[in-house]
Amino acid sequence: MATQKRTLKASTKNDLITYAMLAVMFVVVQILTAAGSISNLFEGLLVPLCTYSIMAVSLNLVVGILGDLSLGHAGFMCVGAYVSAFFSVTFEVVIQPDWFRFLLALILGGICAGLAGLLIGIPVLRLKGDYLAIVTLAFGEIIKNVVNILYVGVDENGLHISMQNTGALNLSENGRVIMKGALGITGTPRDSTFLIGFIMLLITVFVSLNLIHSRTGRAVMSIRDNRIAAESIGINVTKYKLIVFSLSAFFAGIAGVLYAHNLTSLTATTKNFGYNMSITILVFVVLGGIGSTRGSIIAAIILTALPEVLRGMDNYRMLIYSILLIVMMLANNNEKINVFKEKISIMNWLQNKSSGNKLDKEAHS
Amino acid sequence: MALLEVTNLGIQFGGLRAVDNFSMSIEAGELYGLIGPNGAGKTTIFNMLTGVYKPTEGKIFLDGKSIAGKKQIEINRLGIARTFQNIRLFRQMSVLDNVKVGLHNQIKYSTFSGVLKLPSYFKKEREMDARAMELLSVFGLQDDAQLLAANLPYGKQRKLEIARALATQPKLLLLDEPAAGMNPNETAELMETIRFVREQFHMTILLIEHDMHLVAGICEKLTVLNFGKVLASGETAEVLKNPEVITAYLGE
Amino acid sequence: MEFISYLVSGISLGSIYALIALGYTMVYGIAKMLNFAHGDVIMVGAYIIFICSTTLGVPAVVSVLAAILVCTVAGVVIERVAYKPLRNASSLAVLITAIGVSYLLQNAALLIFGSDTKSFSSVISIPPLSLFDGQLHISGETIATIVVSVVLMIALTLFINKTKPGRAMRAVSEDRGAAQLMGINVNATITLTFAIGSALAAVAGALLCSAYPSLSPTTGAMPGIKAFTAAVFGGIGSIPGAMLGGVLLGVIENLSKGYISTQLSDAIVFAVLILVLLIKPTGLLGKKIREKV
Repeated sequence: MATQKRTLKASTKNDLITYAMLAVMFVVVQILTAAGSISNLFEGLLVPLCTYSIMAVSLNLVVGILGDLSLGHAGFMCVGAYVSAFFSVTFEVVIQPDWFRFLLALILGGICAGLAGLLIGIPVLRLKGDYLAIVTLAFGEIIKNVVNILYVGVDENGLHISMQNTGALNLSENGRVIMKGALGITGTPRDSTFLIGFIMLLITVFVSLNLIHSRTGRAVMSIRDNRIAAESIGINVTKYKLIVFSLSAFFAGIAGVLYAHNLTSLTATTKNFGYNMSITILVFVVLGGIGSTRGSIIAAIILTALPEVLRGMDNYRMLIYSILLIVMMLANNNEKINVFKEKISIMNWLQNKSSGNKLDKEAHS
Repeated sequence: MALLEVTNLGIQFGGLRAVDNFSMSIEAGELYGLIGPNGAGKTTIFNMLTGVYKPTEGKIFLDGKSIAGKKQIEINRLGIARTFQNIRLFRQMSVLDNVKVGLHNQIKYSTFSGVLKLPSYFKKEREMDARAMELLSVFGLQDDAQLLAANLPYGKQRKLEIARALATQPKLLLLDEPAAGMNPNETAELMETIRFVREQFHMTILLIEHDMHLVAGICEKLTVLNFGKVLASGETAEVLKNPEVITAYLGE
Repeated sequence: MEFISYLVSGISLGSIYALIALGYTMVYGIAKMLNFAHGDVIMVGAYIIFICSTTLGVPAVVSVLAAILVCTVAGVVIERVAYKPLRNASSLAVLITAIGVSYLLQNAALLIFGSDTKSFSSVISIPPLSLFDGQLHISGETIATIVVSVVLMIALTLFINKTKPGRAMRAVSEDRGAAQLMGINVNATITLTFAIGSALAAVAGALLCSAYPSLSPTTGAMPGIKAFTAAVFGGIGSIPGAMLGGVLLGVIENLSKGYISTQLSDAIVFAVLILVLLIKPTGLLGKKIREKV
């Protein structure tokens, strides 16, 4: 019984460190803002920092906890961003106050992305490994492609959708074109603030950590570790994969809402919603230590802030990411380095041990 | 009525008839052995009994219910749990969590209460911890509860797999070569454990084994399989005296 | 006539996909990994040709040979440095590493050559063909692409089926452990596979950039992913499958560009991939693999 109490404590303690880290970050930002010693550049980074941290934490659920590689995470962000921007532009005047409309936008964006995750997940989660990765990549690209040719307008008769051009919408005189194909959506209210972004990040972290320590989380991790054994003890593999996949998509959608409401014009390019973004988020998760929620946030923050701070480095950023990615993978799978790492306790602090899944060496079994 | 009733079971992989016309009947409370040379189709039979493979023909009844062709999770819920020849633990999870996953369908609370940490979460988690520790102590694993399963020594990994299977509260436990890779001391200890499990949990056990010593020592009944077909079956002592069995399985 | 024209250029594009897909499918069959960086080897090859022809003024044939050499070496080095240490690692780790290599190549090219699009001058000097009283034009690039691809595919098929190293490749792809026990040098075989795949990618790069003459660091990425799609379509691990899948995919892409929408053609290609994986995950000519329990 004594050991059992220690468990609860170990995982709780680990979670507390994560929450404490978030609290410290929040306080530091507040103090800096109050003291006026925050630069414009840094202020502009606050919402993106929250956005990408949410993306990393949510992708970590799929990659680290479920053990499946998704390369289409940015696609769900895209769904959240477009749905919410569309909603906010359409109802900017009608629904007041602003904060209430933004709250609805957040919920709507999250739910639509989550549904997209569910719809995509039902067919594709049967696939494994490389196939799943490539299919999620394909879905992400399809979402981006379709968004780029979609023209949507509203008038008193409701929604008008076309895949050709604005003229084909047949809007009445009072109609407004809101989504203009490759030109995207313009005039989105800039509702995203650091406070709201931080609260969303906190919710994402809270849900992720609690999920990991729950009955559901254990079922999910058992699928990751050994699918056949999990089925043999009565775990419904499809159900739990879908829960995690759509939950992860839901939070990516929320990140998309934050993203869309931090810019006045929203377009879908390879850089923001293509697989480049999905891979950048994957880099955060891998460098933060696969499976570690805290690590994902730390990596997202450092890697988002660093290139902005060191402006001239921008050309080298992706080069450095790619080298880091390779080196991390080689190091993680190297016996000598693993032994060395066990000895350094700082690593243990950085990597959430209780849920941490260092890509294990056994390929199958 | 027998707990497990298998009649004329067969499976075809392409041109290969891996198991043919296999029948077996196990009464509740029996400790039953399935033996045969390598490649005789023993694990294939386990895979059909547990739903990993769909049999091409034949019937399987557990407690009067037909389970042939059902999915793994349904069969587990109906009461069959198993271990694997090549151990399949949840290696990156703690020993305790391995057993708690086994309790998944025994002690339940919703994802929602888990995520929000509602009171039912704490209550059910405590219940799960207690039950899991109880099972671990049966196998002498209580002090290893916090270790990662991957870090357990081999013998203990085999025991943990049995503990995990028992956590699902099966009516029938299938053990696939539980003594594989064990030294004689460990095997002897394992025999004790299997006997103990049977008494303690009133369990019906079907085991596949190569170790004749273990089979002769604990199984009451045997079925001998050769080239996917039943060679002999019945009381252990009788079967082991059967000249055909001696030729096929033990060599001249 | 319009249809035939789309069809012919589709077959030509498809032959390029097929050449790239061969690299994916051979590596997948033999090293059991998705070499995400394979598409970027095409880009490397195209840049080498660009430098040789445009900057150094070397004849086209020599620059193509130089590209083949550089890509072969690059493929082998990538395998040795990044993939070999991960032979026994999980497939997730290998895939992430391959993504890293892909990004490394793209961004190294970005730093060396800049992000601006280079106009690639065709390495092919065959006159276009005019048929049906000039109603149907077939460019020299199209003809060369189809001819070169067919020749290379026949050569590769003969190599795999008739030579000793080819047999070794088939053996390793069937069962790596058993092949090793039979005295086959598995590491050398995998290296050879990467070398052949990368050499084919260099040729594909020359053909691709001759037909679509714009070159940038991401030139190889999309054709790479599409060629992987083609490999999966045909049945990954199967060499005739990669050829069939590549040609079919090229035709599907060109027909949807012609009759549906240029912007949606990529989405349609990916939709094909998804459908294939959902309906017949082993592809058109793939073998079913049963997981051992």
